[in-house]
Amino acid sequence: MDVKLNELGAWLGGRDFTPNGILSAIRRGHDRYYNKYINVKKGGIGGVAMLLVGYVAISYLWEYDHIKHDRWRKYH
Amino acid sequence: MLSRLVFVSGIVVHASRCLHTSSQSLAPVPPLPEKGGKVRHGFIPEELFQLLYPKTGVTGPYMLGAGLLLYMLSKEIYVINHETFAAASIGAVIIYGVKKFGPSVGAFADKLNEEKVAKAQEVKDVAMSSLVQATEDEKKEQWRVEGRAMLFDAKRNNVAMLLETNYRERLHMVTNEVKRRLDYQIALQDLNRRLEQEHMINWVEKSVISSITPQQEKESIAKCITDLKVLAKATQAKATA
Repeated sequence: MDVKLNELGAWLGGRDFTPNGILSAIRRGHDRYYNKYINVKKGGIGGVAMLLVGYVAISYLWEYDHIKHDRWRKYH
Repeated sequence: MLSRLVFVSGIVVHASRCLHTSSQSLAPVPPLPEKGGKVRHGFIPEELFQLLYPKTGVTGPYMLGAGLLLYMLSKEIYVINHETFAAASIGAVIIYGVKKFGPSVGAFADKLNEEKVAKAQEVKDVAMSSLVQATEDEKKEQWRVEGRAMLFDAKRNNVAMLLETNYRERLHMVTNEVKRRLDYQIALQDLNRRLEQEHMINWVEKSVISSITPQQEKESIAKCITDLKVLAKATQAKATA
């Protein structure tokens, strides 16, 4: 990416965390994803599939505390 | 594939390519990119493979995936329960459906897109041809205007001729009328003179006749008889001579 790993702290400090800034960051991210994978002439399944996989992953993460009780073994 | 559906259904979902972000004018709008970002196996972006290729070669990401999967299974970060079975079945059905019907649906959406584009193109072509025709007609009209000067000259000549004819007619009429009036005056004078002459002659005759007394009449008759006798004698003498 454009930000090196050791510059991460400085880069994060310079970011705009106001509500407007956060909203504009979300909009920029959305535009980037949309223009790269969806707003094209011949898109494939990838654009939607990635969103669905992300949704599945996030929902698993949010439910993990509940799913913990279905574990087969107590000690790993 | 959603891209084709989005395009086809005409949902203007935030036309958010860089329009109106720079001060330069971006007309005509640049065309859509042909293909989206490459995605391997349907949900892993190609960038991951490119990222890991220098360090680990071609099999690197697959090894990473397999290792992560084993780690999550063994540490039971991913728990196998009834939902796993459901997810597996649904995944199988989805993959089968996409593999089987993907290309045909894509082709159908592409065809719809083509029709839309063809219609727009046709409108543009018709507009262009009509504008070209309009410019040609305009040029023709400009050429016609040049000829209009000649038309006006001919018309001007016509009008001048009409005026001339009218003027001559009136002149003619005026001379005729004047001549008629002068002729009338001449005739009037002639009549006057003739009347005076006749009246004078009549009056002289009447006065002469009335002045002949009976005495003079007898003398003149006797003189006529003697003259006649003399004449008779002369002619008799001439006849016998």
